[in-house]
Amino acid sequence: MFDTLSDKLQDVLGGLKGQGRLSEEDIARAMREIRLALLEADVNFRVVKQFVAAVKERALGEEVMESLTPGQQVIKIVHEELVKLMGLASTKLTFSSRPPTVVLMVGLQGSGKTTACAKLARQLIAQGKQPELIAADIYRPAAIEQLQVLGKQVKAPVFTIAGGKDAVEIARKGVADAEAAGRDVAIIDTAGRLHIDEALMQELAQMRSQVNPHNILLVLDAMTGQDAVNVAEQFQQQVNFDGVVLTKLDGDARGGAALSVKAVTGKPIKFASTGEKIKDFDYFHPDRMASRILGMGDVMTLIERAQETITEKKAREMEAKLLKAQFTFDDFLDQLRSMRKMGPLAGMLSMIPGIPKQLKQAQIDEKELDRVEAIICSMTVEERRHPDIINGSRRRRIAMGSGSDTHSVNQLLNRFKQMQKLMKQLAGGKKLKGLPPELLRTFNV
Amino acid sequence: MTKSWHQVFKGLSGAPPEPVAAAETGGEKKGGWLKRLRKGLAKSRQTMQQQLSAIMFDRLDAEVWEQLEETLIYADCGVASTVHVVEAMEQAANQGIIRDRDQFYTHLKQSLVDMFAVGDYQIDVSHQPSVIMVVGVNGTGKTTTIGKIAYHLKREGKSVLLAAADTFRAAAIEQLVEWGKRADCPVIRQEHGSDPGAVVFDAIAASRSRGSDVIIVDTAGRLHTQVPLMEELKKIRRVIAKQIPEGPHETLLTVDATTGQNGLIQARLFGEAVAVSGIVLTKLDGTAKGGIAVAISHELGLPIKLLGIGEQMDDLRPFDAAGFAEALVAG
Repeated sequence: MFDTLSDKLQDVLGGLKGQGRLSEEDIARAMREIRLALLEADVNFRVVKQFVAAVKERALGEEVMESLTPGQQVIKIVHEELVKLMGLASTKLTFSSRPPTVVLMVGLQGSGKTTACAKLARQLIAQGKQPELIAADIYRPAAIEQLQVLGKQVKAPVFTIAGGKDAVEIARKGVADAEAAGRDVAIIDTAGRLHIDEALMQELAQMRSQVNPHNILLVLDAMTGQDAVNVAEQFQQQVNFDGVVLTKLDGDARGGAALSVKAVTGKPIKFASTGEKIKDFDYFHPDRMASRILGMGDVMTLIERAQETITEKKAREMEAKLLKAQFTFDDFLDQLRSMRKMGPLAGMLSMIPGIPKQLKQAQIDEKELDRVEAIICSMTVEERRHPDIINGSRRRRIAMGSGSDTHSVNQLLNRFKQMQKLMKQLAGGKKLKGLPPELLRTFNV
Repeated sequence: MTKSWHQVFKGLSGAPPEPVAAAETGGEKKGGWLKRLRKGLAKSRQTMQQQLSAIMFDRLDAEVWEQLEETLIYADCGVASTVHVVEAMEQAANQGIIRDRDQFYTHLKQSLVDMFAVGDYQIDVSHQPSVIMVVGVNGTGKTTTIGKIAYHLKREGKSVLLAAADTFRAAAIEQLVEWGKRADCPVIRQEHGSDPGAVVFDAIAASRSRGSDVIIVDTAGRLHTQVPLMEELKKIRRVIAKQIPEGPHETLLTVDATTGQNGLIQARLFGEAVAVSGIVLTKLDGTAKGGIAVAISHELGLPIKLLGIGEQMDDLRPFDAAGFAEALVAG
């Protein structure tokens, strides 16, 4: 697998500590690694060239040459430059003083326009606005039905003309309808189109001149490769969009396309769509994106996810139990489940920067976790509270009930005991820092 | 050279069908598909290909290799596959195999074609019934691809049944029903939100009572990182295997040609989950060159079976490695 850029830079520059200054050659090697990392992240190679040149200039400055940790220093510069490049423009929508504010969504086929329309509507409703959706994709089969279903979900009215053959007319009448109904935002969903399809791009230009949208958003798949700049440039020429909605960010694409598009068109990424659910939609965070492009982990996202799944009250209860060393199998199961709710462990580990490489590469067997859950579930309430009572025949029963063997049951019991011991030690006053190693071992990492 | 649909389907009896009149497929003939592939490129700004053609080939120096590297990276071939090609080319140059422009291109194209020579290019429909499962990330063109495969199978005299197992996305079922109408195939469906495994089970039962030759299963688009959704896909596969022991006989992964390096991870993870047997590279009618296909074939050994170059019925084509390599590198 591809190592993270920070690991590589550590390798290239980290070993130079104590040797005094970095040579230009060292810097050149570091720049090569940065170039490769950005290319692997799908940043357009023209953009990479310019970007690396800018980073090199700063890296040759004193701050790196004289630093004790040149690797980290370079990463910091790269990160800062990325944020600077992606984040210097407003991500807010422009609201018209005379409603409705018209938002036109454009993009390639399959980039996620229809879903993004509904997600944007939901977000606007949450902010107290009253959006109306306009279904002007007359080409893809069932596209209008899709928006109607989504509209119902987010509780926004959907305008369309049944059997309509003219997308421009639907858009125009839709905006008029929104105005008459007193809606304050009108979001127009258009058909996916290729940026080189003249007829369809013409239709878009026409729609633009007829409805005068206050915001034109280009919906772009985060997985897009080098072609992102061609797409963006063509859409810019034809309809001059105001910003980008980056979709499918819940995958593991590094999303270099975001950087390319911003660098080439100067248009900011305004929104990020991060999941299957309608509420998975947010303003764009350039710092997070920079970390992601660099493969540096995404701590903020992890923290947010943890906050969603583990309530504060529960966490406090758990802490109290830990301190009194009353940690039972029930609590363990609870913790295991809320942890797994946050997503696969491997994915979580990859979001944490500074986790040793071996740990990241360790195959975390989700099945093993299933087995642990099954074993605990096969225990009686009494056994979960007082594991000491689990004797030979109980072990056999638990093994049978969970479809495992007594060996696995023993293993779990032993690890649990070690854990309890550790908790008791910690209860002596020291604060718990991170996951105890025994716990990690339970997960076979 | 270019393969026909008749050659692509394994297990056909009878002669290939008459070629369709252009009007029937819903579009005027726009020349060869290669020409259409290039048409897109001509519209994008100055292409790397033009730069590559401008290189002086009498001096095979660092500049040439750098330019080649950029061409391949620009086509989304990825760093690893690019390095592989460039090193092989450099070696050939050092051995005196490449001396001029023509040799350069011939050798380059051949290296790419070699990288595509993996796996079986055919789509197996020799069983009774044969099951084709189509999987992929959201928005890569699964439903459209299914509609077109169904159409071509029908033309080859097979009876086809579609299973609407994308019960998640709003109106996905309606979209497949529409394609079913166009290709004239029955669609087995349940309610939105129902269990996809149950839909597949029903479809297999229906195919038995109707005596269908081929079942094509449409699945919901999903990101390869979503573990529960990938598990669901494995379950659909198990449901098929339980009814038809060797099934599914084909598992096709649709990959959007505009996809960058993530396409490789997609192919790897879908491959691990449901044993993908081949790739359908879609949306090649834009300016994207689809070089990720090179990386997928080269690094994962998965054959590219079909290419999607447009919206019309006839715009899904059997993959042609030589033509594709040509479009990738030639100006």
